[in-house]
Amino acid sequence: MSEAFDKVDPTPTDWKAEAMQRRIRKRYGAERRFKLVGLMAVLMSAGFLAFLMWTMVGNGARGFMQTQIRLDLPAEQVSLLDAGAWEDAVRVGGGDAIFSGIAWRTLRDRGARGGPIWLPAADAIDVAAKGEGTAEAERAYAALAARDRVRTGINWTFLTGSDATDPTVVGIWGAFKGSLLTMIVTLALAFPIGVLSAVYLEEYAPRNRWTDMIEVTINNLAAVPSIIFGLLGLAIFLNFMHLPRSAPIVGGLTLALMTMPVIVIAGRNAIKSVPPSIRDAALGIGASRIQVVSHHVLPLALPGILTGTIIGMARALGETAPLLMIGMRAFIASPPAGVSEPATVLPVQIFLWSDEVSRGFVEKTSAAIIVLLVFLLAMNGIAIYLRNRFEKRW
Amino acid sequence: MDIETTNPKMTARNVSVFYGDKMAIDDVSIDVGREHVTAFIGPSGCGKSTFLRTLNRMNDTIPSARFEGRIELDGEDIYASSMDVVQLRARVGMVFQKPNPFPKSIYENVAYGPRIHGLAAGKAEMDAIVERSLKRAGLWDEVKERLTESGTALSGGQQQRLCIARAIAVDPEVILMDEPCSALDPIATAKIEELIHALRGRYAIVIVTHNMQQAARVSQRTAFFHLGTLVEYGETTEIFTNPRQTRTKDYITGRYG
Repeated sequence: MSEAFDKVDPTPTDWKAEAMQRRIRKRYGAERRFKLVGLMAVLMSAGFLAFLMWTMVGNGARGFMQTQIRLDLPAEQVSLLDAGAWEDAVRVGGGDAIFSGIAWRTLRDRGARGGPIWLPAADAIDVAAKGEGTAEAERAYAALAARDRVRTGINWTFLTGSDATDPTVVGIWGAFKGSLLTMIVTLALAFPIGVLSAVYLEEYAPRNRWTDMIEVTINNLAAVPSIIFGLLGLAIFLNFMHLPRSAPIVGGLTLALMTMPVIVIAGRNAIKSVPPSIRDAALGIGASRIQVVSHHVLPLALPGILTGTIIGMARALGETAPLLMIGMRAFIASPPAGVSEPATVLPVQIFLWSDEVSRGFVEKTSAAIIVLLVFLLAMNGIAIYLRNRFEKRW
Repeated sequence: MDIETTNPKMTARNVSVFYGDKMAIDDVSIDVGREHVTAFIGPSGCGKSTFLRTLNRMNDTIPSARFEGRIELDGEDIYASSMDVVQLRARVGMVFQKPNPFPKSIYENVAYGPRIHGLAAGKAEMDAIVERSLKRAGLWDEVKERLTESGTALSGGQQQRLCIARAIAVDPEVILMDEPCSALDPIATAKIEELIHALRGRYAIVIVTHNMQQAARVSQRTAFFHLGTLVEYGETTEIFTNPRQTRTKDYITGRYG
């Protein structure tokens, strides 16, 4: 026997000793406590999420509704009106105090027909219908309600219109389309550039001082506050390249700068996690480097790359500050026709409406938040679907 | 070393490999016979796998690796600038230690090589190549009903034979095997060894192995590596029954390893 065993304590370990039992109890206790703390953390975050959803839906649901007032029009009176006189007709018929500024559109679309018609109420009446109006508006609403002339209907204008000064007229479509166009520009730039950079850095670039520096720079870029990207966009895209102000193309370019490092980092990690044996296998039967990457590495890394992309895109979608810097906070009353038209985006629209004085904008703000969250969930849903489709095991 | 090989498939002369400053292979010269199975044996870290990977330039993929010397395939310098490394690796195929099928179907695993090298003119020709390769690898009867299933769903031994079929599919001249049975159980190992016997003559085969009985069973020539040098190279029967070097003798009798 070796010397190591000569000086060993002759008494064997007593696994049943009291001290040993205490240690076991302590270990189990620590495990239980850890589980409890973890569970509490999960419950707390779920609670906050539920609270957010509850208040948003509670406030926002009203934003999708409007109060409508019934107007009885004799047929001959309607037929007298020509196209240019619709707006005046409503003002004459009811006065601008109780009808919304776009009530004339409803009237126009109805055509020359008499009988009862439901027109959207003015902001003051709408707010009063929800019990938060001025004393005067409350009285007017009560009088209308007593004559059975009010009801609540779906506010289609909110889904189809753009920004306006009158909360009964505003719509989210303009900002939604602006966000969509901006995201398309961001994705079209950040995804290919980010993925190609990741592939180059992982598969081709030599390991030296330069690539180390690039790696540090990219990691730092991902952590730079977004407002600084806004200033960069302002300096480069507007002041130097003279691209159109407030346009989705500039917003998309700016957000692409911000999203790209996130995609590069996620892409590199995904590429790194592809087992080297797969590369060896392909190289071993005579695949070229580019074939190894495009046939094997990229398909296997795609789920990870998509996860990183969606994190970056979700951040870009919710970004406000850099877009304020490049002028996307302007008042835009019509949806953008293309990427170079002036536009605003959902988070900026939310910010603008939350700043409004009129009571009617409160619920519109919440409603816009719901639209933004639905957009975000749809985007995540698509990404998860794509990821599961490309997921493979090895 | 001083063994004569007439008309060798591959010849290596004064090959040295460095990883950074560290010398992994020190001045190795060896001939690989056309009709032989050549076994490389030696303790872990002796450089036998590194040397194997110089034969199809797989070491090129390691940035810090540096090569000196000359290796010829049918008299052609494989490290010459005129040599296309992609084509070289098709001519000198490789089977790795751990079975590494692509996460694709069995059919696609075998068809991948011929496809990227443009070896099949159409679907029928590709089907024929896949069938022939799987038959040569002794796997056809086990998988012919499920060619569309994933290659990774096969057992370890089947995966390794699939990898051999994949290497055969591009019709190589030499097959390098880097400890192909070290991750397999004895039954799967026996099947691979049978396969090596069957493939001998059609392809020049070089096999790295830790298992000396395996080297004795499958090879005609054996090279013993130690600490980056080639200690002894000769007929397998000679090496195992009558080694000339004491280091070889100590190793094969189990004094170290």
